[in-house]
Amino acid sequence: MTQDDLFIADPKMRAQGVNVFYGEKQAINDVSIDVGTDLVTAFIGPSGCGKSTFLRSLNRMNDTVASAKVTGRIELDGEDIYAPSMDVVQLRARVGMVFQKPNPFPKSIYDNVGYGPRIHGLAPSKADLDVIVERALVRAGLWDEVKDRLQESGTALSGGQQQRLCIARAIAVDPEVILMDEPCSALDPIATAKIEELIHELRGKYAIVIVTHNMQQAARVSQRTAFFHLGTLVEYGKTTDIFTNPKQERTKDYITGRYG
Amino acid sequence: MALTNDHTVKAFDEDLNRLRGLISEMGGRAEQALLQAMTALKQGDLDLAAQVVRDDKKIDALESEVEQLAVQTIALRAPMADDLREMIAALKIVSVVERIGDYAKNIAKRVALMDQTRSIEAIPLLMSMSSNVAELVHDALDSFAARDAELAVRVTVRDKNVDDFYNSIFRTLVTFMMENPKYISESAHLLFVAKNLERMGDHATNIAEMVYYVVTGEHMEERERGETPEESAAAEKEQG
Repeated sequence: MTQDDLFIADPKMRAQGVNVFYGEKQAINDVSIDVGTDLVTAFIGPSGCGKSTFLRSLNRMNDTVASAKVTGRIELDGEDIYAPSMDVVQLRARVGMVFQKPNPFPKSIYDNVGYGPRIHGLAPSKADLDVIVERALVRAGLWDEVKDRLQESGTALSGGQQQRLCIARAIAVDPEVILMDEPCSALDPIATAKIEELIHELRGKYAIVIVTHNMQQAARVSQRTAFFHLGTLVEYGKTTDIFTNPKQERTKDYITGRYG
Repeated sequence: MALTNDHTVKAFDEDLNRLRGLISEMGGRAEQALLQAMTALKQGDLDLAAQVVRDDKKIDALESEVEQLAVQTIALRAPMADDLREMIAALKIVSVVERIGDYAKNIAKRVALMDQTRSIEAIPLLMSMSSNVAELVHDALDSFAARDAELAVRVTVRDKNVDDFYNSIFRTLVTFMMENPKYISESAHLLFVAKNLERMGDHATNIAEMVYYVVTGEHMEERERGETPEESAAAEKEQG
């Protein structure tokens, strides 16, 4: 494996020398990584390794934590997302996020998906919004299951459906990047398989980064895998290489179940 | 790489150890079958030859036991990285060892067909060849047990000796047949024995290549190989 094989010619996001601190404690230490649109990138690592913290720094989710401080540079299409001129609301529309537990708004299925496009002014008319909502639900693989009950509450759906609703909500604002923080850890295997199939479908349309504790899942859905440990990026490589022939001893110990 | 038996899930280590134990036992039996078959051949010992044929069933049984355990481990434990490579290698190695056992059985079966082998001059050469092959098989399986990539590489290098033996025995037997037409049938059998031994050496090499892959994650580079009598005969035919 040479660096050339890992080169991403046109990275959607690029992190360089990123450090994240929570108060005195350094959670992320000098991490550099590129994320492309044609590849799904998985972040793996033991609890507390910093993978979620790093993921959250990619759309400034850590801004909501008072003691959090990010240094280094993170670019979206070459633009520094921590620059003062960056509109954080716009940023989070461009870099969407799906969380561990599905968190639909206590609103109708239609409004869950339509809310974002409406406040971002993406839908001038009701007809436009109908189109956007339908397209997002179709892309999220949920349309056929909910098309006859769009006015029912989003919270009435099953866990797996709720998570796909959250993905539909994320893609309704036409983001460029979707960050997923353990999107399947609260779902059963069937719902998980549907989300994984969805990730596969969405690849190429959006840059996708997924944090997962389930290594089989990382192996199934991603083309690139980054292994984090104690706040550092230990190894980054093609998913096939990471899971058949990792170069770093720490990566191997983790993925073969020898860690700790 | 050291032998690593330190998975968080200890039952996984137990599965791996059992798998390694079964493969070692199987290899030991195959090696013994080879040595016994050659002793039977040299001494015309029909009882020993029959025992080799009987014992081959145990090798076959071990093969399916390893296959079962490996498939089960893959299904239940989802091994990764070097563990995964080991499972795949285990599956391939046992089918190779089973072939080695079959060749030994094949040699043993020929013992009954030859009553005058002792006067054929290729016999001492065959005996030396077989002890070389037995060592190769032994070392190849040792390299698997010890995760020793260097030993594995040496096995593949030493296989060249076995090939040289084969070429030399082939010529010796052809000459012998021309001079002693009444021994043609025995000599032909011995040619097959030599061929079987040569194939066993190749299989030892295959094991060593798999061990190299398990340990390093890389494939061993292709070796330069000498021509076998078959290849040189084919080449001569094309030229002629």
